[in-house]
Amino acid sequence: MSSGLQLAADAADKVPAPSIEYGKLSPMLIVFGIAVAGVLVEAFVPRKARYVTHLVVALGGMAAAFGAVLALIPGVKDSGGEIAAVGAVAVDGPTLFLQGTLLLLGIVSVLLMAERKLEPGGDAFAPQAAAAPGSAQEKEAAAAGLRQTEVYPLAMFALGGMLLFPAANDLLTLFVALEVMSLPLYLLCGLARRRRLLSQEAALKYFLLGAFSSAFFLFGVALLYGYSGSVRLDRIAVATGGAMDNDALLLIGLAMVAVGLLFKVGAVPFHSWTPDVYQGAPTPITGFMASATKVAAFGALLRFFYVALPGMKWDWRPMMTGVAIVTMVVGAVIAITQTDVKRMLAYSSIAHAGFILTGMIAANEAGASSTLFYLVAYGFVTLGAFAVVTLVRDAGGEATHLSRWAGLGRRSPLVAGVFAVFLLAFAGIPLTSGFSGKFAVFQAAADGGAGSLVIVGVLCSAIAAFFYVRVIVLMFFSEPRADGPTVVVPSVMTTAAIALGVTVTVVLGIVPQPVLDLADKAALFVH
Amino acid sequence: MTQTLVSAASGALLATGEGGPGLHSVPATGVFDATWLVIALPLLGAAVLLLGGRRTNRFGHWLGTLLAVGSFFVGLALFSAMLDASDADRSVNQHLWDWVSVGSFQAEVGLHLDQLSMVFVLLITGVGSLIHIYSIGYMEHDENRRRFFAYLNLFLASMLLLVLANNYLLLYVGWEGVGLASYLLIGFWQHKPSAATAAKKAFLMNRVGDLGLAVAIFLMFTTFGTFSFDQVLSGNAQASGGTFTGIDLMLLLAACGKSAQFPLQAWLGDAMEGPTPVSALIHAATMVTAGVYLITRSAELFNASPDAQLVVTIVGAITVLFGAIVGCAKDDIKKALAASTMSQIGYMILAAGLGPIGYAFAIMHLVTHGFFKAGLFLGAGSVMHGMNDEVDMRRYGGLRKYMPITFVTFGLGYLAIIGFPLLSGYFSKDKIIEAAFAKGGTSGYVLGSVTLVAAGLTAYYMTRVMLMTFFGRERWKEAPVGAPADWHEPHPHESPKSMTLPMIVLAFGSVFAGGLFVLHDSFVNWLTPVTGFSEGDSPFSEYAVTGMAVAMVALGALVAYVQYARREVPAVAPQGSFITVAARKDLYQDAVNEGLVMRPGQYLTRMLVWLDLRGIDGFVGGLAAFIGGTSSRVRKVQTGFARSYALSMFGGTALVVAATLMARMA
Amino acid sequence: MNLYAPILALGGIAAAFGVVSLVAGALTGPKRYNRAKLEAYECGIEPTPQPAGGGRFPVKYYLTAMLFIIFDIEIVFLYPWAVYFDSLGIFGLVEMALFIATVFVAYAYLWRRGGLEWD
Repeated sequence: MSSGLQLAADAADKVPAPSIEYGKLSPMLIVFGIAVAGVLVEAFVPRKARYVTHLVVALGGMAAAFGAVLALIPGVKDSGGEIAAVGAVAVDGPTLFLQGTLLLLGIVSVLLMAERKLEPGGDAFAPQAAAAPGSAQEKEAAAAGLRQTEVYPLAMFALGGMLLFPAANDLLTLFVALEVMSLPLYLLCGLARRRRLLSQEAALKYFLLGAFSSAFFLFGVALLYGYSGSVRLDRIAVATGGAMDNDALLLIGLAMVAVGLLFKVGAVPFHSWTPDVYQGAPTPITGFMASATKVAAFGALLRFFYVALPGMKWDWRPMMTGVAIVTMVVGAVIAITQTDVKRMLAYSSIAHAGFILTGMIAANEAGASSTLFYLVAYGFVTLGAFAVVTLVRDAGGEATHLSRWAGLGRRSPLVAGVFAVFLLAFAGIPLTSGFSGKFAVFQAAADGGAGSLVIVGVLCSAIAAFFYVRVIVLMFFSEPRADGPTVVVPSVMTTAAIALGVTVTVVLGIVPQPVLDLADKAALFVH
Repeated sequence: MTQTLVSAASGALLATGEGGPGLHSVPATGVFDATWLVIALPLLGAAVLLLGGRRTNRFGHWLGTLLAVGSFFVGLALFSAMLDASDADRSVNQHLWDWVSVGSFQAEVGLHLDQLSMVFVLLITGVGSLIHIYSIGYMEHDENRRRFFAYLNLFLASMLLLVLANNYLLLYVGWEGVGLASYLLIGFWQHKPSAATAAKKAFLMNRVGDLGLAVAIFLMFTTFGTFSFDQVLSGNAQASGGTFTGIDLMLLLAACGKSAQFPLQAWLGDAMEGPTPVSALIHAATMVTAGVYLITRSAELFNASPDAQLVVTIVGAITVLFGAIVGCAKDDIKKALAASTMSQIGYMILAAGLGPIGYAFAIMHLVTHGFFKAGLFLGAGSVMHGMNDEVDMRRYGGLRKYMPITFVTFGLGYLAIIGFPLLSGYFSKDKIIEAAFAKGGTSGYVLGSVTLVAAGLTAYYMTRVMLMTFFGRERWKEAPVGAPADWHEPHPHESPKSMTLPMIVLAFGSVFAGGLFVLHDSFVNWLTPVTGFSEGDSPFSEYAVTGMAVAMVALGALVAYVQYARREVPAVAPQGSFITVAARKDLYQDAVNEGLVMRPGQYLTRMLVWLDLRGIDGFVGGLAAFIGGTSSRVRKVQTGFARSYALSMFGGTALVVAATLMARMA
Repeated sequence: MNLYAPILALGGIAAAFGVVSLVAGALTGPKRYNRAKLEAYECGIEPTPQPAGGGRFPVKYYLTAMLFIIFDIEIVFLYPWAVYFDSLGIFGLVEMALFIATVFVAYAYLWRRGGLEWD
């Protein structure tokens, strides 16, 4: 006991003021800044002006953060990446690549959240989230035309967490980023205007299971700290190099941390929340979660395994290979029998998590770069697909049951055609970004000695192609239903989001090389 | 690849100290810049007529003819420019555009015009123009005349592309193009089931040959890394003898398909279902000679493989006899002429197989044959035109009085083909017989004898055609056995000017072309820079060969005279000996094809269909059902209860931890 | 192994405490059931009045609770900073001011949105 006190006293004299590289952290600082500013807007700006102010702050802030990312690129190119904030944050190629991607996805997501032309009563979010579903207060709030604007600061907090997630260079920062990213998302999931019970159930499930997975994560962090004496990824890497008689701490720790991260990417067997949450959450939030969360979580997963555990490759690869195979198979197989568009896309996102894991497991530079490329391609396709889902509506809100989509191609060829492009990209048909991405990860995996994964991946792609094409057939070759849903003409914001999605999908399908090159250059982690 | 080839080429050049007869060309300048026009004009015609539809009905045939003639005049201009140029500048290369350029795979669209292709350009556009003119009259009453001219123009363009391409890949495009045009034109009267079947038969048998060309091109690309004539045929391409033999045999297979040579000869007789101008242009004068062009063009490749050359001569020899024997027994005038075509092309292929001693004569015979065979077909068409489309020669007889112009032009063509002294066929066929003997050795004797015998057979069956059609009793005046009730006697009459004029022009060619060609050896000298030429050494003197040939011809004609002029020609074919029966049935070619290819093919197909239905579809269907069923079962795990989700996560974590620990154990 | 002995001991003590308390309570305490015993436990005070058929707590209750947490957490960070104030210097001062300002934003939000008005 006394020695412990003595230690503390010694430390008291020595604690130096830490140095914080504000410039290198500026993308994250800007996003957190606008999130806090969003809270102030909510507090002080008159109700009528809030919507516009939020949009200006959020979009402007994200654009500024994107500019900051661009400004950081030359420095990282020269130095190969640096570690900032006393070892807590790594600013290197993958960080900047993913932060840029996340900011673009964030901008598109905010455009979708801000859409107010589709829903007769307002936007996709509950008029008063605190009112019980079906209660008198809720009806009152709906009648009064209330529209809440807290989603913007919440989304910005989540985005800030996502920006930090792939950049975190120690396990505690990683955990903080995980929670900062997740907590606003739990809340956002429960805000749907329609089918509120489903939405709230989704939010609660997501929260409970998220907390459960966080516990595993934290336990893993503790074990790794116990093994290596540090939470910094690079020091863990050094410690794994040393000879230790008992690796159980390390192995269990890495498995537990992996569980926490795999939960966030929605890999099997930690995927069970995905369909329920994707279905229940307001569709713009689903799009945001499915694209941006996945990008951030895979970034963190890449950094954790590539920086902290490169020497443990032979220990974690069999386990991760198994997870990737199960993820691809379960995602593709269960998606076949889904009857709800959003659930189908949820299972598709699970299958895609498996494909992305395939690239990650290659455990070489090509693995990192192909994963980065896949994330860009996948993020935009997913956002675009969920954006299209918001357009197809009937009296009950979004018409998400697949049978309602029959013959959509006859009545709204443009919307159905755009959706078909996204589905083809999901299926990995050539001339879409999905093909370029799949090709890249499978090639990396094959080069990295994971041939079995590639075979399973290709087979699962074939199974998956079945249900994507089935939807296309349904849309274009079935008779339209008389009482079928209508396609609502959205405002310029959703239109822009979808147009961007289509453009990225097609351009990355036809000329993927520039972005592949960029991902290649960005694929070096700083240690 | 290209680099090594070029360096290897220059090395070989230094070693031998001479360029050899290989292909060398200079970029096109001056008049030669217009080479592409030769192809573009008929192509334009085809495009306008096909895309313009009914709107072009009124002037379609004029437009088609005009463009064909225009193309001929461009050809003449090129020819005169080539006459002015020195030997070295006569071979020009016109690069049009890059077609595919991926890595080491370089394909360009470019034209190669030299003495050999010049001959073909003139023949194709010249005879083509005449047949366009003839068709104006012949197809006057056909409601689809515009479409007919569109196809003819399409054929001209494809055939010109075939002979002008500067690489094998582009040649293949033209090769397929003429196949398509031929298919469309054989089946032009598709309302007749026989025509539709014949078109299909021609197309399918040609596919077999096309496969050969495709494989030959693959082999070239893997061996030489290129398929441009300039490099493959430079005379310095390096490969093993076996490779050369392989490429050559594949090229020969292609030639057999297109030129109706044994064993792919069966389609030509049926192809006579097409309108007669088509038979004249495509299935006598031009397209069927594409095989001869291919072999002559690839002379460098064939010279490198004596084995392949021997096979070529054997194929030619078999076909020469095959066609001649079949021709002796046919009563259908067009089929008799078709058999004759097969036989005559056999001569050319045989000559081309002889190597440098034969190439020039093969082409010479090709050109003279183009004249007289086209003339003969047009004559036959003219006869049919006057005889209510009757084709059975046993229903003809004594027609010389009714159609004098047809009689004279047909007669001149007849004299030319049997090799009557001093007419075209005499010179060109005589040269081939000489060359066959000059090959030397046993094979020289065998080939020479075959060509001599065939010359006699030719005289026999052509005299038979001539006598049965224009001489003897006017058998068409009597009603045929089993004639329909509304049968009425035909009124033979001479054809209109648009039809007789081309016949007259072709007759001039039949008479004089051969003489002009051998004058000062002008034709051989013209082609020598491209194909090379060597004398060979014949065991017999030139005069001895000529004497034997003329004697054989006289003998054949005499036998025919005895059989068909001195005796009455029965209106119904007599039983005949077994040889006659066999010849009437095309020496059982269809039976052989059916037995050897069609039936086994059908069985194979049925077996595959069964396998596909039961095996593959069953497997695929079962797999789909299995996955779907699995999906339905597994989705029940998704209960919606957070507690079961948490349990599954917990179990998953346990598994993941266990797997990680296990990995270390293992 | 003896490195982990204290941890195991601690775990054992914690588990024992939970078990012992529950068992001791069950064995020694009087068992007089009434309606109040079935209500949710709210620091011993009378549970907040419920809307009919609801069984829900007003959100306002949680708002107050969370306001407490805001300041609670602030204090947690202020103490160590105060201890090391000298060595952290001006950097520490600025950072802490930023931290307090950020926390204050949450307070301002609560205040502006009426979180402090009970009715």
